[in-house]
Amino acid sequence: MGRITLDKVRKAFGEVEVIPPLDLTIDDGEFVVFVGPSGCGKSTLLRLIAGLEDITSGQIRIDREDATDVPPAKRGLAMVFQSYALYPHMSVRKNIAFPLKMAGMDPTEIDKRVNEAASVLNLAQYLDRRPGQLSGGQRQRVAIGRAIVREPKAFLFDEPLSNLDAALRVNMRLEISELHQTLKTTMIYVTHDQVEAMTMADKIVVLHAGRIEQVGSPLELYRTPRNRFVAGFIGSPKMNFVEGAEAAKYDAHSIGIRPEHVDMSRESGVWQGRVGVSEHLGSDTFSHVHVDGIGTINVRTSGEVDVRHGDTVWLTPTAANIHRFDKEGLAIR
Amino acid sequence: MATKHSRAAARLMISPAVLLLLGWMIVPLAMTLYFSFQRYNLLMPGMEEFTGFTNYRFFLTDPAFFAALLHTLQLVLGVLVITIVGGVLLALLLDQPFWGQGIVRILVIAPFFVMPTVSALVWKNMFLNPVNGLFAHIAKFFGLQPYDFLAQAPLASIIGIVSWQWLPFATLILLTALQSLDQEQLEAAEMDGAGPMSRFTYIMLPHLARAITVVILIQTIFLLSVFAEILVTTNGGPGTASTNLTYLIYVQSLLQFDVGGGSAGGVVAIILANIVAIFLMRMIGKNLES
Ligand SMILES: Nc1ncnc2c1ncn2[C@@H]1O[C@H](COP(=O)(O)OP(=O)(O)O)[C@@H](O)[C@H]1O
Ligand SMILES: [Mg+2]
Repeated sequence: MGRITLDKVRKAFGEVEVIPPLDLTIDDGEFVVFVGPSGCGKSTLLRLIAGLEDITSGQIRIDREDATDVPPAKRGLAMVFQSYALYPHMSVRKNIAFPLKMAGMDPTEIDKRVNEAASVLNLAQYLDRRPGQLSGGQRQRVAIGRAIVREPKAFLFDEPLSNLDAALRVNMRLEISELHQTLKTTMIYVTHDQVEAMTMADKIVVLHAGRIEQVGSPLELYRTPRNRFVAGFIGSPKMNFVEGAEAAKYDAHSIGIRPEHVDMSRESGVWQGRVGVSEHLGSDTFSHVHVDGIGTINVRTSGEVDVRHGDTVWLTPTAANIHRFDKEGLAIR
Repeated sequence: MATKHSRAAARLMISPAVLLLLGWMIVPLAMTLYFSFQRYNLLMPGMEEFTGFTNYRFFLTDPAFFAALLHTLQLVLGVLVITIVGGVLLALLLDQPFWGQGIVRILVIAPFFVMPTVSALVWKNMFLNPVNGLFAHIAKFFGLQPYDFLAQAPLASIIGIVSWQWLPFATLILLTALQSLDQEQLEAAEMDGAGPMSRFTYIMLPHLARAITVVILIQTIFLLSVFAEILVTTNGGPGTASTNLTYLIYVQSLLQFDVGGGSAGGVVAIILANIVAIFLMRMIGKNLES
């Protein structure tokens, strides 16, 4: 079991309130991603759950039991740190065995579990190396191994992939998702990268300045963002925002349209503009089109499209996919 | 330092310093070696002559030599143990956040800035003195007989004084090492269920290994040649109870005016220091490799 409930949890460092009172429930077996820009309090929230920081007020319950004052070791949670935090002077085997040794487990049982974890994570031939002799991805796997041998109630990941190169990141993303499918243990995953959030999460929690902006499945957030912040944060490339007279036509303070929901044509359309920079990815082409009185609109066209800098084109937003926002940035439905 | 050219230039640039240091070392060493084979007594000027190994034979068969050798080792080991254990404990304390941290840290470093003669005199007259010393007053307050430290436990007292001087150095080095320990490692260990003692033994102590090695190496170099503290407190006595090798050489050459014998002692001391150095590097040198 691993159901975690935050009840009016608040955190302040001295005078500075980093997390205003916040409620959140994480169900057993769920893969929850906390996503938000740097410095919004994701790590702090995770550390509050782990017990590495004291909460200023409020309550944390793990499996219905009050865990607010329970020390980190007793909460039954395992954490994977951004820096991996491996013990540099211990071999990989000793690193993975460390939590079991601390729990006073029988050495033969420790050996069995370490070997099991090592084979799941493809670490078997590295068990006698030191962390310093491993690549980034292998270190990452050792850190995960150290977490899984404990069979915790929930895993906490703090930006675990941000130190890896792009290709490895995609791989590890898949491996972690795979691990979640096998173990079916609750996982809380912190990232500033919305692609990681969209691809891995059952449930995304979007944080902004310590506040929860929206909670929902990846597609819910994509289709019906609650406000302008979520709309701009979720989705890649970013949603285009238009304000002023054009937005007023739609009875809104501002409207948002995703690059994939704008059609581009050479002959006719709603907005006429000039093509600026085009990014040709092969599978897609992203063109930044300057439209007078509206601003720059990023447009996605599938496949290879022959647009050049300075070309004149026509853009048409698909009406069904236009998001409308009021003065406070809240979505109008 | 990548190209052949820059390496050659680098060698050229550092050669004056290397040559100067080499000369600085070689000249006194050669003179000591030369004197050690001479019968050279300041009371009999003009009678110098080559005597072969006689000086060495006298020095090495002197019973005071073995006593001095033992005392030197006791002094070095005693001070090392006290400063490292005490240094680790103090560093752990000073690493905690507390009010007035800056001032306390300066106070802890202070003994290092007091010169050896002064600190030894302060200890001798203000703390250890059996009549006026602080410890004597405390003993009398409790109705006990004051203990005459320098007469009854001369070597232990000197170990205490020298430890007091070197404790700040060890503390400082170990504190900086402790502060360089990745906080996330400690947090990871905490989440892994390690209590304070386990975190110390499994995480902090291995992290400190390199700093402890540095402290041992540097302190050993200086502790092998402790002199001023002995000169101003016990004069090596009672008898030879607190005479170390350095002090014995001093006695030989400047109190007995036997420059030849003293030089032979000096050469022996150099050889012994090198043996200690080789042992140390064998035992703990690997800690320094990254
Ligand atoms: N120990 C601390 N003391 C004071 N302020 C802190 C501390 N830890 C974090 N903060 C502040 O809390 C805010 C959130 O930090 P953090 O949770 O690390 O952000 P994120 O992980 O989302 O990038 C930041 O503004 C940071 O400066
Ligand atoms: Mg963070």
